[in-house]
Amino acid sequence: MTTTVPRRRRPGTGVDAPGRAAVGARTLRTDRWWLPPLATAVGLLAFLVYGGFRAFQRQYFFADERYLTPFYSPCVSLGCAAEPGSAHFGMFLPDNPLIPYAALSLPFLLGFRLTCYYYRKAYYRSFWLAPAACAVPEPHATYTGETRFPLILQNVHRYFFYVALLVSAINTYDAIVAFHHPTDGFVVGVGNLVLLVNVALLWCYTVSCHSCRHVMGGRLAHFSKHPVRYRLWTWVSALNTRHMLFAWVTLATLVLTDLYVALVAAGTLTDLRLIG
Amino acid sequence: MTETERHEYDVLVVGAGGAGLRAAIEARERGLRVAIVCKSLFGKAHTVMAEGGCAAAMGNVNENDSWQVHFRDTMRGGKFLNSWRMAELHAKEAPDRVWELESWGALFDRTEDGRIHQRNFGGHTYPRLAHVGDRTGLEIIRTLQQRIVALQQEDHAATGDYEARLRVFAECTVTELLRSDDGAIAGAFGYWRESGRFVVFSAPAVVLATGGIGKSFQVTSNSWEYTGDGHALALRAGAELVDMEFVQFHPTGMVWPPSVKGILVTEGVRGDGGVLKDSDGDRFMFGYVPAVFTGQYAESEDEADRWYDDQENNRRTPDLLPRDEVARAINTEVKEGRGSVHGGVLLDIASRMPAEEIRRRLPSMYHQFRELADVDITAEPMEVGPTCHYVMGGIDVDPDTGASGVPGLFAAGECAGGIHGSNRLGGNSLSDLLVFGRRAGLGAAGYVERLEGRPAARAEDVDAAAATALAPFDRGEAAGENPYALHADLQRSMNDLVGIIRTEAEMTAALTRLGELRERLRDVVVDGHRQYNPGWHLALDLRNMLVVGEAVATSALTRTESRGGHTRDDHPTLDPQWRHRVLRCRRRSGPQDDDPAVPPVAVEVAERDPMRADLLALFDLAELEKYYTPAELSSHPQGGSDG
Amino acid sequence: MGDTRAFRVWRGDAAGGSLVDFEVEVDEGEVVLDVVHRLQATQAPDLAVRWNCKAGKCGSCSAEIDGRPRLMCMTRMSALDIGAPVTITPMRAFPVIRDLVTDVSFNDAKAREIRSFTPPPDLAPGEYRMSQVDVERSQEFRRCIECFLCQDTCHVVRDHEENKGAFAGPRFLMRVAELEMHPLDVADRVAVVQDEHGLGRCNITKCCTEVCPEGIKITDNALIPMKERVADRKYDPLVWLGRTIRRRGA
Repeated sequence: MTTTVPRRRRPGTGVDAPGRAAVGARTLRTDRWWLPPLATAVGLLAFLVYGGFRAFQRQYFFADERYLTPFYSPCVSLGCAAEPGSAHFGMFLPDNPLIPYAALSLPFLLGFRLTCYYYRKAYYRSFWLAPAACAVPEPHATYTGETRFPLILQNVHRYFFYVALLVSAINTYDAIVAFHHPTDGFVVGVGNLVLLVNVALLWCYTVSCHSCRHVMGGRLAHFSKHPVRYRLWTWVSALNTRHMLFAWVTLATLVLTDLYVALVAAGTLTDLRLIG
Repeated sequence: MTETERHEYDVLVVGAGGAGLRAAIEARERGLRVAIVCKSLFGKAHTVMAEGGCAAAMGNVNENDSWQVHFRDTMRGGKFLNSWRMAELHAKEAPDRVWELESWGALFDRTEDGRIHQRNFGGHTYPRLAHVGDRTGLEIIRTLQQRIVALQQEDHAATGDYEARLRVFAECTVTELLRSDDGAIAGAFGYWRESGRFVVFSAPAVVLATGGIGKSFQVTSNSWEYTGDGHALALRAGAELVDMEFVQFHPTGMVWPPSVKGILVTEGVRGDGGVLKDSDGDRFMFGYVPAVFTGQYAESEDEADRWYDDQENNRRTPDLLPRDEVARAINTEVKEGRGSVHGGVLLDIASRMPAEEIRRRLPSMYHQFRELADVDITAEPMEVGPTCHYVMGGIDVDPDTGASGVPGLFAAGECAGGIHGSNRLGGNSLSDLLVFGRRAGLGAAGYVERLEGRPAARAEDVDAAAATALAPFDRGEAAGENPYALHADLQRSMNDLVGIIRTEAEMTAALTRLGELRERLRDVVVDGHRQYNPGWHLALDLRNMLVVGEAVATSALTRTESRGGHTRDDHPTLDPQWRHRVLRCRRRSGPQDDDPAVPPVAVEVAERDPMRADLLALFDLAELEKYYTPAELSSHPQGGSDG
Repeated sequence: MGDTRAFRVWRGDAAGGSLVDFEVEVDEGEVVLDVVHRLQATQAPDLAVRWNCKAGKCGSCSAEIDGRPRLMCMTRMSALDIGAPVTITPMRAFPVIRDLVTDVSFNDAKAREIRSFTPPPDLAPGEYRMSQVDVERSQEFRRCIECFLCQDTCHVVRDHEENKGAFAGPRFLMRVAELEMHPLDVADRVAVVQDEHGLGRCNITKCCTEVCPEGIKITDNALIPMKERVADRKYDPLVWLGRTIRRRGA
């Protein structure tokens, strides 16, 4: 046997704190532990760039006089008048390049996802590196978690959830009215299916939320006294185990749905009519 | 001699499994200052390994259950060798002990009406085992551990010190009991595993709750802690051991890979349809139904297979014969060359039911084989063989108080003998811990309260204990025995020669080998220093394993019959003349015999106490006649005759 | 005997230490703990290691294998990279005692700070009635074998020694959840779990769940539900308003 690392003890913090085993290396993980946080960061950034661009583009958000992209729903800016039929809930926000047409919903949707228990994990790991991966030391000198402003605000997640429910209802309404063409009447195109799939997955993401699980029944001490809420809790719990999956899938379907609407609106793509 | 730490307590509990913790709680609740000393960390004791459940006649699932039925089942399981008073107390008090756990936070599985659910188990007439899935032992140890924390919180509120009246000395090993000049317990000597520093406990009462002896055997389901410490400590202090010949071998332990050899494969596999096969694929158990069971078990594979679905019109498969019968059959198959590649037999459930069904019914077994053996039990058979599981024998104690023959020395749990007779029923171990743990705690508390003066340990005993403990460090030049090698040899000898099937010749050979090992132990030398040195720890534990090995081998050699956990190839049947006899082990004393490290063991044949008439009357005379001599049954109300 | 594999085992104590190289024979089907035992029996008889049941049920043999917190008895050699040496170090969030053994008394101290199970005062033993659906949540947490791998991996204390006073760690935050979800417990630990046991420091990065050998969903089923209960109590303006109005009215 041979000794390969010199005996030493580095004074320091964390795994180098006095009294702990002086291993030397910050981490001895041999797998590619940096890959998942990197992929997460790339994925989230890509979405933010695309979403940010589209939210402020103010073009190509309504196609075939009936498909409204979720990025512009509800369309409440005076600018929505450019696409007749796109505004289902009135137009009252000023048409200003700094105000997205869906300025009423987008901040809440962003807030819903920012305070989401899954996304918190995702960006704490990939952007804050706290920690980047399990048993890999984080770079920060101090750490207080979610005990102080601003991170203490993560506790209001449930309110974003309530608004998100409302927005999901609006998205559902959008998807339903899209079956009605102003001149052709009831029609079904590929775009309808795209909107439907998107809204169904949005519901899955919204309802599988941890706050929803708590509200439905998690807060109860005795399930046996509330059989209906227990049933609801059981369903939400089953969905909740896939919350991360829905978080990523809905990012993808949002982008794909929006892209589809944009491409049809721009005339790049023709929406295939299945019925009517 | 060397620097020594000293502590004073009213009651010292050695062992932090179910029995030890329950004893400590009781003594503390009686207002005494209590120390718990354990070799491992707090909450790691072997009790966590218990899976099935805790037997208690609560009658939650079948209201016909009662303490009388439980008592009868226990006595039958032990082939009427049990201490009937212990079996009585056990059956009567187990329900209270289980309910008490609930009030301390335990969460057992529930019945429809919200009471504790109880499951069926081998040998129990009614569903009787309170359980939490297949991790009942963990639930019990955690509940007791948390109860101790709760008591410490009370003490903290009252005194500002969590450890004012109840302290756990974790990773601390007791190597010797200390006595006063008149032979009463005065405390104990031990060492901190972490630092190797010595500790002297001064305490007028010591409760031994150290568990079993499985680590003396090569193939065992027991952990390293099971080195028979309590048995050996008591013996060296002058107490007696009883029934040491009765060691339970579970027929199905894992045999491959080596890393998991001995780990239990639950009886549930066979209960659910798994069958034992030899290397040719033959279901060999049909050839092993003994004469006493003729007619009670299926005689063809077809009938056996029908039994799973229709138990009214078919006889059960011989795969479900009592544990000792199955273990013996497997042993014979392997010896005669029909074993599996790794020296076991095949337990096949894969070909018996769909994969989905296996995963649903046996989730933990599926997980265990997949994780530890890389075997998919839904696709291939398991390899299994007998594994040393439990010792029925132990320290001879007063049933009501747990007091041994040495004043101030008490014992409870697996290290105490008597309650299980020649064979323990599954589920009776957890209830044993709770019932007799509490009683030993009470007994010790009562003893301390009645005591007029505190016995003082003899200073020379402390010095001698320290010298014995340090001996492996300073052997002469010639010495050089490796404790690990010695341990392996001991395990092999016990496994091969005093194992599941015994003969006079083999046990005589075993005693010779044990004598050689005793000589080699004098030359055991350990490397390194005293700080957390496992080689040293093993060297000291070996003393205990050797004493226990000798007690088992000598007792087994003396009892010339087969009964429960003692099977003699040369005396294959049950002998009523042996039922009323008990083998008592004590340290041999005499100038030439006095090896203070490993005292030689003397075995004496004595008579058992006859069962109290009202308890005897709980049994049918016809049943008793299979076990008792006619003379013993004269007091039975059905009119046993003297002739 | 099987193949020879290279191992690097940390040996030392609080004063210092190093990774020491060993060549050890490894048999088919063995786990890391088997190899450590072979090391003890053949090359390093005084190698300190803590273990008990060797079946993943007692939680004693916690260590870090190739940098990841794991039970040595449940880490099969065949699951590790065959080309590289296997490193074994003690848990790195706790003070080391010697070799692979650490001082885990931090956990005992934390266990004592949590208010124990508190049954209704008028309920006698034997009278407890609980539904299976009501005990199942707490039963999941009671599967915990106290290996303390979650405490070891949690960056709140692993990377910040100074947080040890203010943070109970996943195992004991889960213990609070277990008691809060116990159908018959009457004590209230919701405010203290945030203020004294440090639930707010948890940033739900789920390493505790990742390392749990029992597969307990610590984050989703214990920590987040407790965060939601704390939000009910402390951070929900509507609940706060309702409580204030009720107090004024009274």
